Amino acid sequence: MKRCVLTRLLGASLLALGAVAAHAQAPKPGELKVGITTFLTGPASVFGLPAKAAAEMIIEDINAKGGIGGVKVVPMFIDEGVGGDRMLSEYRRLVQEQGVRVMLASISSGSCNILAPVAEDLKVVNIMYDCSAQRILEDRRYQYVVRSHGNTTSEHLSSVLYLLRTKPDFKTIAVVNQDYAHGRDSWEMFITALKVFKPDVKVVAELFPKFGATDFSTEVSRLQALRPDVVLSTSWGGDLDTFIRQAAQRGLLRNSTFMLSLGESSLERLGNTLPEGVIIGARGDHYFLHPQFKDDPQFQSFVKRFKERTGKYPIYPVFHMAQALSALQAGYDIALKQNGGAWPTDEQLAAALHGSDSAGLTNKVLIREDGQGMEWQLWGVTKKDPAYNFPVLDRMAMYPPELVTAPVGQSSLEWVQSLKPSIINDPSILTFPASTSAK
Amino acid sequence: MDSQTVLLAVLDGLSYGALLFLVAVGITIIFGVMNIVNMAHGSMFAIGGYLAATVGGWLLAASLSPYWAAVLLPVVAVVVGVVLGGLLESLLIRRIYGKDPVLQLLVTFAAFMIFEDLQRLVWGGQPYSSSELVSALGVIDVLGISYTTYQLLVVPGTALLVFFALRLALRRTLVGKQVMAVAHHREVSTTLGINVRRVCLFTFMAGSALGALGGAMSVQTTSWVLGIGAEMIVLSFAVAATAGLGQIEGALVAAVLIGLARSFSVYLLPELEVLMPYIIMTLVLLFRPQGLFSVAQARRV
Amino acid sequence: MRSASMQTASPLDASKKAPRLPLFLAISGALALLAVLLPQALPWIKTPFIFSTAFGIAALGVAILVRAGQVSFGHAMYMCLAGYFVAYLSRWAGGLDAILLLLGGTGFAALCGLVIGSFVVRYRTIFFGMLNLALSMVLFAVLGKFYHYTGGTDGMRVNRAAIFGVRLDRDGFESALLYLSVALAMLIGYAVHRYFRSAAGEALAAMKTNETRLEYVGISTYRVFLTGYVLSAALCGLAGAIFAISQGLVTPEMGYWVRSGEIVFISILGGVIHPVGAFIGSLIFEFVKLYAAAYLTGAWQMTLGTVLLVMVFFAPDGVAGLLARRILAQEGQERKAGGRP
Repeated sequence: MKRCVLTRLLGASLLALGAVAAHAQAPKPGELKVGITTFLTGPASVFGLPAKAAAEMIIEDINAKGGIGGVKVVPMFIDEGVGGDRMLSEYRRLVQEQGVRVMLASISSGSCNILAPVAEDLKVVNIMYDCSAQRILEDRRYQYVVRSHGNTTSEHLSSVLYLLRTKPDFKTIAVVNQDYAHGRDSWEMFITALKVFKPDVKVVAELFPKFGATDFSTEVSRLQALRPDVVLSTSWGGDLDTFIRQAAQRGLLRNSTFMLSLGESSLERLGNTLPEGVIIGARGDHYFLHPQFKDDPQFQSFVKRFKERTGKYPIYPVFHMAQALSALQAGYDIALKQNGGAWPTDEQLAAALHGSDSAGLTNKVLIREDGQGMEWQLWGVTKKDPAYNFPVLDRMAMYPPELVTAPVGQSSLEWVQSLKPSIINDPSILTFPASTSAK
Repeated sequence: MDSQTVLLAVLDGLSYGALLFLVAVGITIIFGVMNIVNMAHGSMFAIGGYLAATVGGWLLAASLSPYWAAVLLPVVAVVVGVVLGGLLESLLIRRIYGKDPVLQLLVTFAAFMIFEDLQRLVWGGQPYSSSELVSALGVIDVLGISYTTYQLLVVPGTALLVFFALRLALRRTLVGKQVMAVAHHREVSTTLGINVRRVCLFTFMAGSALGALGGAMSVQTTSWVLGIGAEMIVLSFAVAATAGLGQIEGALVAAVLIGLARSFSVYLLPELEVLMPYIIMTLVLLFRPQGLFSVAQARRV
Repeated sequence: MRSASMQTASPLDASKKAPRLPLFLAISGALALLAVLLPQALPWIKTPFIFSTAFGIAALGVAILVRAGQVSFGHAMYMCLAGYFVAYLSRWAGGLDAILLLLGGTGFAALCGLVIGSFVVRYRTIFFGMLNLALSMVLFAVLGKFYHYTGGTDGMRVNRAAIFGVRLDRDGFESALLYLSVALAMLIGYAVHRYFRSAAGEALAAMKTNETRLEYVGISTYRVFLTGYVLSAALCGLAGAIFAISQGLVTPEMGYWVRSGEIVFISILGGVIHPVGAFIGSLIFEFVKLYAAAYLTGAWQMTLGTVLLVMVFFAPDGVAGLLARRILAQEGQERKAGGRP
């Protein structure tokens, strides 16, 4: 595969140097329009609007330094909240009418499932910046579509490993996930992995309320009757907020241990509704009090500026946006260099992205030859902290991408089933000491 | 299904049914009196909820006790009913009496579309919630399951209150009797000297206010987003059609029936939960198109 | 139920013969030409034109029902049924030609229309409307819930098909589909126009004025209405199939009741007096929606809602009706001026 990329790069460079074939050299644009899909309305907007703010802030910074390759970057936002069909029309319009050649899409796995083939068809570079559906890049080789973060496998395999490390003796589990691609896929990945390590676990309920549901009272009632040891939810955004609030109102959080795989994005909004002892995932190593980066001045400065700009601490969609934009920058830097300073074509950019690595605000992410991103995964347990009016993460652990991502060319679900229990305590896992304040 | 689960399902169903009744009764009395299906009714529900959430936010910001909401929620409902309902009726509904029924439906549909964008312009696209009152009222334990007092007592209580108040008003007060007269026969009521225009305006405002009350009460327990009005219209149609348009007693029974069907299906056939109201409506309409409780009318040629 | 004596002559009284106006033929021709030529200058406009054509066909279907005095707030379910049928066909029998997909989708929708219509057409007015609404919501909920069969709320993809056996790239495919849709639209517009002027079509209009008298004369209103219903279902199905093939995606939203309302909206906005009205209405609708984000802060619903209200009060016959009235007025003046009685 690397050879193929190399040959392509070589061929493109030769053509560029020839400077006769018009196709190999794209004219340098006056401005670089970047289409970005995010949730601007609906329950998921509490998640999507911070991503938009991050994009605007980071792009301002990039433009202040001269832009990408000397070209000013102009973001154009598409609302994912209007539904797949309307979003698709808007995506097409931006590409066909507005001439946008680079897209960052999307947040929702449902949107990515829709847009990835369309991007390939339209021959526009599409960086998936927040959707985990691993199958998109496993079922088919894409030339123009890459992912700048981890996927369902790394996220939920690490979740199983962390759960087994933190609460190894639970017997029953229930799941409450959003009824769409990610909710279904993440549960499938989780339970497949869990059954490998704990084959006798009992699943007492599988509840899939619809995406964007606003009322979870029936789900809460059922869980109260069943009293599982662990309640898993990979919900996010407004859905998760509402579910947790309604569950807390009726005391459900007291009876079961909750595991919120995407919960880092809701910590501040939920505040003290969340008790201590809730297992939280950060969907990558994204946390404003990241154990490795919180004392780094650049990191601190970003967190401070983001809080001043939006009034809230950055959450993982913000970090994902940073990763995507730095991947884009890295891709252009590589392509420009290989092109001898001339503006790259879309094909050259797409080729440059494969195999590139770049760091957003935290650890580096490598984009593999198959387009999948290799990202560290951070997990923790909630704990009250008097300095903030919401709980912070304690007993954190970080899982390296090579440990929890399927190798190139292998189906994740099959690979997971071949794992051994010894990886629960693999030495490559980074752990951080529990905070010393007495509980 | 053990007795604990049955009780759970019944309690959940009653609570949900109570909310459905509050919204459906508005549509049903408007149809009964004015013979118009108000497609903008869901917008009254949605705006009632948004306004109640805003008021809740003010209470919180002013550090006032959440119990004030008990007084303010009905006020919000009345404001929405009088202002929006009144505007809608006097500007639009009044002028389409006598027009083609297709046009009548479309006018209310156009009003619905306008209100959808109005919500987006005033309140934006983010979700709203306002649950201070619910938290303040605490929980009740029933057979080891915690229910919020709000869900168990306040909502069904309000629905019953509204039901009896309506019955009383319609049968005992002068205005109520005039309303029933107009519902029965508009022309004859005019000859009797009843100011039909005023009665229609009043009914429309009352119906809209009830829809808004449903929204104001609903926002305390759910998260409020765009599109919630569109969902609620079909649900309230389902209840009103099952009952028979214009039947208030029927609306209560139908609402409880649909609420119970939905909550039982969550335990027995969870995948069918969202379908239950529409399946019931379809079945009822197929076998008894006038609804379960209406009196058969001779078709006038 | 208003008594007949109270009934004011409704502007939608379709028992008026649709005037044989050459103007409408000219407008149809002009629209078709626009659809074919404008994309040469603005290639991206093909997709909105395809959507406009599809929704215009659906609005024609609903216009058939309006002619009988009934309105259905559930006809988007036929678009949805056809769309999903096309998605399943393209998945199971990969490589099927687009023409076969269109035929399949239309046929399936017509079949469903026959089955559903067989009991639904016994109802009138509000009950007819609500029953259609209820059924469409059942479909919507089922499609959204059964994730493993239908893709849930994410929907299903429709792979690009060949047209008349020719595999085209995206640009060529869109052009071919556009020409095909426009040709179909003109054919169907003509067919519907003939249908309205036929005995069956006149019987349909008679259902609106006095149904009992129609039965008395010996015509089965059940059969008349069922025929109209199946035709309307087939047209909505064709629209759904075109939409599915061009969008490449079907979602449960295609069958949501608000979509049904929009189809009714389009048919009234354009005017049911002549089939070209449906396409005029659909073009207005599609382009206001498209440009609302850029010029109207996204408030397309408010804009179109206001437009509809204005139309209902001042031009209830829709745009086509406005045009017809103007021409008739002109003709009337010419006649007066010419001194003819």
